[in-house]
Amino acid sequence: MSLFGFSLRPRLPKSAQTAKDRLQILLAHERRDGSDGPDYLPMLQSDILAVIRKYVQIKQEDVDIRMERNDDISSLEINIEIPSPEQEAPARLRSRAKG
Amino acid sequence: MTQLKAKAPLGKVIVITSGKGGVGKTTSAAAIAAALAKRGHKTVVIDFDVGLRNLDMIMGCERRVVFDFINVIQGEARLKQALIHDKRVETLWILPTSQTRDKDALTEEGVEKVLNELKEQFDYIICDSPAGIERGAQLAMYFADEAVVVTNPEVSSVRDSDRVLGLLASKTKRAEEEGTEVEAHVLLTRHDQRRIDAGEMMTVEDVLEILAVPLLGVIPESTAILRASNVGMPVVLDEPSAASRSYEAAVSRLLGEEVDPRAEREKKPGLFSRLFGASA
Repeated sequence: MSLFGFSLRPRLPKSAQTAKDRLQILLAHERRDGSDGPDYLPMLQSDILAVIRKYVQIKQEDVDIRMERNDDISSLEINIEIPSPEQEAPARLRSRAKG
Repeated sequence: MTQLKAKAPLGKVIVITSGKGGVGKTTSAAAIAAALAKRGHKTVVIDFDVGLRNLDMIMGCERRVVFDFINVIQGEARLKQALIHDKRVETLWILPTSQTRDKDALTEEGVEKVLNELKEQFDYIICDSPAGIERGAQLAMYFADEAVVVTNPEVSSVRDSDRVLGLLASKTKRAEEEGTEVEAHVLLTRHDQRRIDAGEMMTVEDVLEILAVPLLGVIPESTAILRASNVGMPVVLDEPSAASRSYEAAVSRLLGEEVDPRAEREKKPGLFSRLFGASA
């Protein structure tokens, strides 16, 4: 602790402390989730897929699920690519180029 | 960059294996993959150790795993959903494995299908094998074009490496179906020049004489390795060290470049570097 609340030489965390912190976060998740924890993600994905397909035709790979786990909060990011209605365009373009 | 992208990917499969556990397979797989990617080669590193995944920790992406290799094999996710893009190197990707299932989830057909799909997108596919010579290890090596056998200068490790070299020569797709050989190299890790000088440790030449395969590199025992693993950084992306330089030299050799052998041996620090700290 310096007099002004900061020190000239920033105290970089020692790598051993980083290792311990990383393990504590990871293991807390793994122990809580148990042995079948992460398996809900494929099911979540197929449910999302089924709901979207009621309205738009999309493929399995159009659903992108990303996760970021932190000690106090974890976030699940879901991106869904909706196809644009331009499927017929190449054929039309070709006929115009001919003329 | 545009020239690189226009070329068809190389699609070379390299297995990092050893037989014995704890010799540095995952550390080496992470370092080799990161060093290849740093040089602009599109690289993916795959964890084959189902049920005991650790590559994600060594690569520092353990909090980002959603889908894995096993989900892809079992059709529960697409490959692109399971691939994790490294945040430090643009051309580096990680394919983690499952922490919850066992190695029976790996099938030969499934592994081949995923590797074929990866070959269409990547220059180098680095397979981080589990220890042992069971199913997981056999599947990690089965489709390999090249192999890096990680060995410590210690009797049980050298013996196990010899056994693994035998399997590479017989139990791979190249050996069984194509009549060609998997190109195998030895990567000697935890090398300690002081103990060699004291006559306590086998020399590089001793190990090579026994195993009779070409040397890819010599990685010195180094505090940098534990530091890098603590913070989840492949050692070649961390602060420069004797270990990172040695991995870079090994990767140069893997790419067929000439390497000055002296660059690998541990140098006794000169007055200048002792005064100003080792660099370069």
